Formats: sequence, structure tokens, C-alpha cells
Amino acid sequence: MTSPEIRVRDLHKSFGDNHVLRGIDLEINQGEVVCVIGPSGSGKSTLLRCVNLLEEPTEGQVFVGGTELTDPDVDIDAVRRRIGMVFQQFNLFPHLSVTENLTLPQRRVLGRDKAKAAKVAAENLARVGLAEKAEAYPSSLSGGQQQRVAIARALAMGPEVMLFDEPTSALDPELVGDVLAVMRMLAREGMTMMVVTHEMTFAREVADRVVFMDGGVIVEDGSPEQVIGDPRHERTRHFLSRLLDPAMAEVEEEISDQLGGPEQ
Amino acid sequence: MTDTDVRLQPRKKGLTRRQKRRLSRGIQYVVFVAAVIAIAVSADWGRLQNQFAQGGIAQQMWPDVITLALKNTVLFTVSGFVLGLVLGLVIALMRLSSVGPYRWVAGIYIEIFRGLPALLIFVFIAVAVPLAFPGTEIPGGTYGKGALGLGLIGAAYMAETFRAGIQAVPKGQMEAARSLGFSPARAMISIIIPQAFRIILPPLTNELIMLFKDSSLVLLLGVTLEERELSKFGRDLASTTANSTPILVAGLCYLLVTIPLGFVARRLEAKAQKEIK
Repeated sequence: MTSPEIRVRDLHKSFGDNHVLRGIDLEINQGEVVCVIGPSGSGKSTLLRCVNLLEEPTEGQVFVGGTELTDPDVDIDAVRRRIGMVFQQFNLFPHLSVTENLTLPQRRVLGRDKAKAAKVAAENLARVGLAEKAEAYPSSLSGGQQQRVAIARALAMGPEVMLFDEPTSALDPELVGDVLAVMRMLAREGMTMMVVTHEMTFAREVADRVVFMDGGVIVEDGSPEQVIGDPRHERTRHFLSRLLDPAMAEVEEEISDQLGGPEQ
Repeated sequence: MTDTDVRLQPRKKGLTRRQKRRLSRGIQYVVFVAAVIAIAVSADWGRLQNQFAQGGIAQQMWPDVITLALKNTVLFTVSGFVLGLVLGLVIALMRLSSVGPYRWVAGIYIEIFRGLPALLIFVFIAVAVPLAFPGTEIPGGTYGKGALGLGLIGAAYMAETFRAGIQAVPKGQMEAARSLGFSPARAMISIIIPQAFRIILPPLTNELIMLFKDSSLVLLLGVTLEERELSKFGRDLASTTANSTPILVAGLCYLLVTIPLGFVARRLEAKAQKEIK
């Protein structure tokens, strides 16, 4: 077996006194799709943001494609070019058209010429089904369209790994499907993906593995059938029952050790 | 019917709410009209016209008031504004720097130049700089000195405006740029500053208006006949003709520029408000 595409070793992250990640070990192989689930404040978004060093880990190591990101001498900008990131709030550049959102990073960061950048942009917009919106500005697009443009923008950089931080959480329910369809297509194409999500159907269908986090640690890590279908831990069961049927939840004293880390 | 129901009913006695509103409004109009009449009656119109509105003197100012005085005012303002813009951006970036001393220097600069009267700064440039640094010459003569004075003042205000604008750009923009592989400096230049600039366009226009008015202080630098701007031009002519008409004409020339600029600023503000929504 080849070495894993993403490797996280004994990762800790604190915000002041708030110990959000308490020793995470995780490996994701090339072409694997891993969904990270867990209650809010469990540290799953922080973990994802540590993988491309948007958050600086307090302790531990992160490797992507064999390069150690936590090495202080690493050229972080160069490594990030290989890691695509999709945010909950899309974060498109509002002062640029859709095409410019895709071409500007290619030209400024990768040094591609205008024609090449435009070609790559058009290809990727077509991939996410938004070729006709090339000249539009982000503010005129729906949330689902904006998120697909954001995915296309990340893809235009030719990443080896894609990170998704709750990509559908800010969307109206009827728009979620289009975004998930694009992600499913990427998964089928063999992209290595790490997805923080609450979409259990997507996780069950598309993920190769599901990781359940709670209280800053990985509680369970296994196939979707096992983690979602037949969870071993009480905490996982509890979380899933609340998620799948929120109306049945009862008022409780304390659900688990509430950490309340920043959930972006 | 309960007590509350009774209280919510229109009152039968005295003035209704509508009548009260009408009365209050009527009083305000009466006060206004009375004030206008009082001023009109008490003013000595003949004397005012003689002092401020002598067609002959106004004609005498033409066309120099535009081709020389207004042109110079615009020239001083624009050069000062451009200098202030560049310096202001640098100071704003220093203020946001992670290097402590940069932040302190920028903070001190802003406090000093916002806290001092513009007049003092011009006196300082006119008198103190040549004395303190004998032999040094500010390039560009009076124009250079004027631009420097206005630029130093404008930079302090614009730095704060820039800082607010940069901080108003959502944090996710920097994160998105960084995650695409932009270096911090590149992200600042390509992504953050262009957005900040749009946000601060209305306040920047107001600062341009401020500098336009402050350009009158250039007269403290000791200007030649050819370098006179509106205020100096008006004042000189007022003293040679012993009449205030040139002051009024110069004032109108300021308004000729500041009122449209103010209008532009408000339009930009309204547009920015709409874009946020």
C-alpha cells in the first residue's frame, strides 16, 4: 500500500484555555473519501482547518502528500496549492466575476498565462454545470451556485486533495442536492476528499469511511455501514439519534462533556 | 369592555391626536417664516449688496479666478490627496502589522496629525523645516510644500479610513485567498485592498472635500502671484478693492466643487449600502 495522502499525528489544538483537539490520529489514503461527523464544538472543523494550516496546531504533525505542513520551514503557500478548500460561507471574491474568481488565483499564484487560465476556468465551470454563469458576479448567484463556483475555483488550481468544511450547511434545503451532486462526481473521479458534514445520506452513500468526533477526539472511525448503521459507542448512537430525528430529543442535563470550541 | 379597551378608544373631549399633530406642525412653519421675515427686514440690503455683490469687481476677477485660482486650488488638493492616499495606505498597513514598533509608529503618527490644527502644520513646513534642516529643499517649490502639508494631514485621516475598510472585509476572504496559495502580501493586494477600497470610497470622497478646503492654508507658505489659490486670490483682491465681493466669489468657487463632490459621496454611500444587502 502507498503512503497515505493525508496523515495527522497526535494533533492538539488549544484556543487559550479551550482544548479543542486532544490528540487526533488520522490517515486518509489517495482517492479515499472520508466524512467527519460530530456534534458542534466537537472540533471537526478545527481539525479540517489544521489540515491546510488555516489553524496552527498547538502540537503534533500534519502531512499532506508526504510533505510535513507543521515543519516551520515548509513553504506553506506552495503546499496549499495542492490542497483545495471549500468553506461553509463559500467565500467567493465578491469584487470579481465568476470567471475572474477562477482565473485570478491561477494567474497570481500559479503564474499561468491569461489564455491557459481562462481555458482551465471554463473547463471547471462546465464540470460544476455553471458554464453559462461565467460572466455573472457572485452576488447574483444562489447559494448553491456560489458553492459550486467555489468548488470550481478550488479545482482550477489542480489540487490533489479537497477539504470541505460543512459545504451545504449555509444552503437552503432545496439547493443542497446540486452541491452534493458535484461532490459525488468528484468522489467518483477518484479525488481524495475530507468532508466535514451533517449530511448523513451523503456520508452513507459516498464516503469510504466515516469518522465520528466528540470532545476533541475521534470516537469512532470505520465504514459508513458500521459507524452510521451500527455504531459501537454510546456517544455516536446518541448523536445519530438526535441528528436523524431531532424532534424526539429530550431535554437533558448534559449531553457529553461540552467543550464549545469555535465551529466555523 | 375592559379598562384598556376604553383607553385605546379615540378621546371624545379636547384635541384628537390628529389635530395635535397638525397644530404642532403649523407652529413649526410659523416660527420658520417669522425667522425668515425678521432676517430679511433687519438686514441692510443696500449695504450688503455694496459690500458683497459688486458686479464690476466680480467681472474684474474673471477669468483669473478660474484659470489661475481655482486651477491652483485643484492642483494643491489633488497632489496632496494622492500623496495622502499613498502615505495613508502605508500607515494603515503598518497599523495592522504584526510587528509592534510599526503599529506604535503608525499610531503615534495618526494621533499627532489628526490632533494638530492644519494651520500649525503649514506653519511648521513653512518655517520650522527650512530652519531645522538648512540647505534641504522640498522638491516642487510651493507646490511640493503644499502637497506635503495636505498629504501629511490627509494621510492621518485616510490611514484610519483604510484600516477600517480593510477590517471590514470579511475574514473568510483572507482565508479563501490563503487556502488557494496566495501569500499574505499577495492576498492583501489582489483580494483585500480592492474590496476595502470600494467600502471606503464614500469616506475618501469626504476627505477629498476636507483637503480641498484646507488647501486655503497654502497661503501661509508664501506664494507668488502665479501660485495663488482661491482664498489668497480672493483676499488679495478684497484688500486692493476694499470690498468683500472677491471673498464671496472665491467662496462660491469652493462650493462649485464641494457640493457636487458631496453629492457624489452620498451617491456612492447609497450604492454601497445597496450592495451590502
